[in-house]
This record gives sequence, C-alpha cells and structure tokens, in this order.
Amino acid sequence: MTRLSWFNTVSLTLGFAFLYIPMIILVVYSFNESKLVTVWAGFSTKWYGELVRNEAFLDAAWVTVKVAVFSSTIATILGTMAALVLVRAGRFLGRTLFSGMIYAPLVMPEVITGLSLLLLFIGIGLDRGILTIVLAHTTFSMCYVSVVVSSRLVSFDRSLEEAALDLGASQAEAFRLVTLPIIAPAVISGWLLAFTLSLDDLVIASFTAGPSATTLPIKIFSAVRLGVSPEINALSTIMIAIVTVGVITASLVTKRAMVRQQQDEQAAIRAG
Amino acid sequence: MGTKVFAPWDDPNAKPLIQFRNVTKRFGEFTAIDDLTLDIFEREFFALLGPSGCGKTTMMRMLAGFEKPTEGQILLAGQDIDPIPPNKRAVNMMFQSYALFPHLTVYENIAFGLRRGNMPKHDLHDRVQEMLRLTRLEKFAGRKPHQISGGQRQRVALARSLAKAPKLLLLDEPLGALDKKLRQDTQFELMDIQEKTGTTFVIVTHDQEEAMTVASRVAVMNDGKLVQVATPDRLYETPNSVYVADFIGDVNIIEGHATATGEETYRIDWGEGREPLTAKSAQPFSAGQACHLAIRPEKVTITAERPTDADNAVQGRVHDIAYLGNLSTYHVELPDGTIIKAQSANTRRIARRSFTWEDTVWLSWTATAGVLLAE
Repeated sequence: MTRLSWFNTVSLTLGFAFLYIPMIILVVYSFNESKLVTVWAGFSTKWYGELVRNEAFLDAAWVTVKVAVFSSTIATILGTMAALVLVRAGRFLGRTLFSGMIYAPLVMPEVITGLSLLLLFIGIGLDRGILTIVLAHTTFSMCYVSVVVSSRLVSFDRSLEEAALDLGASQAEAFRLVTLPIIAPAVISGWLLAFTLSLDDLVIASFTAGPSATTLPIKIFSAVRLGVSPEINALSTIMIAIVTVGVITASLVTKRAMVRQQQDEQAAIRAG
Repeated sequence: MGTKVFAPWDDPNAKPLIQFRNVTKRFGEFTAIDDLTLDIFEREFFALLGPSGCGKTTMMRMLAGFEKPTEGQILLAGQDIDPIPPNKRAVNMMFQSYALFPHLTVYENIAFGLRRGNMPKHDLHDRVQEMLRLTRLEKFAGRKPHQISGGQRQRVALARSLAKAPKLLLLDEPLGALDKKLRQDTQFELMDIQEKTGTTFVIVTHDQEEAMTVASRVAVMNDGKLVQVATPDRLYETPNSVYVADFIGDVNIIEGHATATGEETYRIDWGEGREPLTAKSAQPFSAGQACHLAIRPEKVTITAERPTDADNAVQGRVHDIAYLGNLSTYHVELPDGTIIKAQSANTRRIARRSFTWEDTVWLSWTATAGVLLAE
C-alpha cells in the first residue's frame, strides 16, 4: 500500500463527498425521531415501522417488483433473440437498418418513448395498468439486453455449435446445451440490467401507469410533491441497502469465479 | 513377411468409402473446389495437404455437412450424403480449435455425442471409460477444459470425436496448436489410435512433414484442384509436377531442353557452354521439349575431386552451409550463379568436416537420381 499524496487525498475526498453526501444525509435522516425532515430530534427506527404499515407503499412496491420481473424476463428473451439474429444471420437485406433500429431506443428521449406508448395504448383501447407498464418496460429495456448479449455473441466460437451438431445434436439441442450455457453470464447480466432499469423508471411508467397500478418511483415522486416525509427517507434507505448488497454480492461472485479459474489454469500449466 | 500390403487404391475391385464425383464448390464468385474427383478407402489415413486457401478445409466441411457442393456428388459408402444434415451423418470431426465445451467436464464432453443417441446409461459409461483409457485421460475425467494442458485438450477432442465410433473421422489441422516435440509424439499416437480403432481418418494439414508421417496416401492440393494423390514415398520420389516436387521437401530444379539419346534416356541441355546432363525418364519427351530436372539434395554427392564414373558432374564453390546437426546442406554456387543444394549426413565431428566456405567442390548425381518433369 502506498500513501496518497495530499493532492490525491483532497481529490478523492471531494469526489466521494460529491457523490455520497446526499445519500448519507438521506440515510441519517431516515433514523430521525422528528416528523420534520430538516430538524434532528434523536435516533429512532419508528419510520421503518410506519413504512411497514403503509399499505399504499407496500402495494406500489409489490407492483414494481412484479413489473420488473415480468418485463425484464420478456425483454431478455426478445433481446437475446434479436442479438442472435443480428450477430448470426450474416448479411441479409436491411441488416444495418435493423441493427440501427434496435439501438435507437437507447438514445431516444424517455418522454417520447412514454408518450408514443401512451398514444398506442389509447389507440388500441388497452386499459392502463400493470400490463401496459410491463409492455412499456419491455420495449425500452429489450435493446439494452440485446446490446449486452450481442457483444458476447460476437466473440462466441461458432465451431462449438458445429461440434454439437457434428456429435448428433439438433439445432435446438445445440442452442440449449452449448450456446445458452456459455452465453448465460451475458444473458443474466442483461436480465439484471433490465430489472434495475425497470425498478427505477419514473418517466415511462408515469405515462403508462393507470389508477389501478402505481409503481414505487411514481408513488415516491408524488409523495415528495406534498413534502418529504421521514417515511420516504426510510424507504429510500431500504432501496439503497438492497442495491448495495446486490452489487457487492454480484462483484464478489464474479471475482471468486475469476480467481478460481486463474488458479485452475495455473495448476494446469504446472501439471503440463 | 507375407503380410498383405495395405493398398486398396491399387485394387480395382476395392469399394471406396468416400467418393467425390466432379465436385465443385463456389462461394459467390470464388471457386474453392474445382471439378474434383477423388476416392478414399476404408481404414485409410488420408491427408489433404496444401497451402492455406487451397480448398482443403472446404472439402472437409463438405464431408462433415457444414457446406454443400455447388455441383457434383459426394458418396459415403455408396450413398449420396447431400440431403443428410451434419447431425445425422456417421462422420465426426475434430476441430482445429478443438471446440471443447468449456462448461462441461472432460467426461461430459466425451459423453456429449453418446447422450444424443438412445444409448443405455451403463453402456454409455463403459464407452466413455474406454475412450478415456484410449487417450490416457482417466485422471482428468472430472476436470473442465480450461483446467488441462494443450496436449490433453487435443486428446479430449480426439476422444470426443471417436466416442460414437464414426465411419469416418475428420481432423482439421489437429496438431497445429502443439509445439514441435509434442506434435511429433502425438502424430505417432494418432497413427496408433487409427490402427486400433480401424476408423478411416481424413486429416487436413499444411505441414508436409506431418502429412508424410501419418498418412497412407496424401493428396496435394492447389487452387481447389488435386495436383497429385499418392503414397508419401511416391509423392517424394516421383512427383508429377514441379509444384509437388517443390511443396514436398527440399529440391533442386534445373531447367533445360530434353533430347532422347536412348531408351528412356535423355540429354538435357541447360545453357550455353555447359556440359549437358543425363537423366532417365519413363515419361516421353519430344526432341527439344522444355523440361525441369528435379533432384533432391540428399541424392547429390559432394566431393573434392571430379568422380570418374558419375553420370552428371558440375563444379562450383561452397556458398553457404546449413548445419542441422545430423545433416549439413551445402549451397554450392555454379560459375553462372545457379545454386545447387547437396545434403550429406554428418558422420564425423564438425571439426573434421571436409568442406568449408569458398572451397571448390564437385557435385555429382546418377542418371536416375532426378525426376524429369514437363511442368
């Protein structure tokens, strides 16, 4: 370990302060006794208790999770299929156009995506609710999955599939038994990406949610317009905790797998 | 003695396992295989040899079913294999990159093909064990491909492709990724396994030494065509063209004009003021026809004095010596600048070498040492 120079120490402190002070304030005030967000009145966990009893928040949280699970799963299936076609099918007519169109929603302003979906749903007479949010989230997260999966597929050795066919597997078996397990990490990270995108989406959800279904971001945003309550702080703290645990676990698992593989390879080299 | 020599290609009644009948394969404008006809027999170890881009890999991929011929037919045991998809062919392939499934253990890699059939569990286990024994991989059955060395991976790939006991095994540059020493050991192992299993092997390689070592017959390819198909010794001793002579081993090519002087004997004039050479050839040449005399360096003798009884002798100066340990190749420059290579075994210690740089020497060879080629 090297000691940091004073300049590096200052930059580091400033940078991290910029990133994390708002969140630290939020977490600290979630444990505030007082109902007033800006006045510290002693430590308490009562707002967490309040939160558990708040039906509206719990409903919204449940809706959000359902939407995220469904939309990210559908987006993963569709996005993977799109990636397979774009990477594998070679040069077919309009391929450039298709791949451009797959990636366009990445840069499309969310407001426009949301508005166009809203118009579509009204046009076909679909009542806004969980279904419409799921459809909307699938639409915009599918391209993220497709990007992640196709970047893995580009480096995928086609001879692995040919070997499976050569050994008597059908096309479907070759995909299920060879291709899918090998690209699984990319598919899973695509799913996780789609899941988190769906979890914290506010703009598109506000366009496509109806009175029957409200997601947590919408609920928090509308609650804050009436004034920030310590309950919201508590809820946000829980979300931060979940995300932090998730990120740390994911990186630990990846790192362990990598270390193990390196050790195995070195053992193989020593064994000759 | 008394054992029958394995040479079904000389037997007019032998039925070939594989027949290419006027096969042409085009990729767009590019012709990879050009009207090619070839028979490969059962139990053969057949090598397709040629520079990269000569079409040898395309031939292999057509046999495996990954490419279809544009024209012509490929028959396997008398049956047209065109409509049969790769997963239904009694043909297995060992890929150049090995293409081992990285998420499966060595055992599961070998069992993969067997599990696709309806093999009973017990038989399957026995078959995998047999393959592991054959390739000396018993200790590594539980490892993943990234946990074993390159040579072991090569053996897993071989075991996997042999597990289903195919009629035909295709090997695409199987030893390309191994270092030289391991490659030589593995070549003999391959021949051993081929004999034990009795499978027909077709190997694709660009390494002429490898093809000569392992194969019963070698097909030399160039630009999608077969240049010559013959046993390794015939290919080396009687190449049918300058291309083959040059591709297989080291050779001196002398250009000249042939004139018949006797039965199957020709005089070769190869430049003003030079003593004509004498060569025998079963292939007829018309008077004054342009020809190439191909002589292997080891068939050229190097001496200090002019040998009295030599059919051909030329004088020159030692320009360079390539010392290979067991052999030395002398590059001798003739007065007009032509370089002729002569090779001799280093039977004595290097300090006692008879010739050194700039020495004047005589090169000689017999009338039958070289091959007279038209093109």
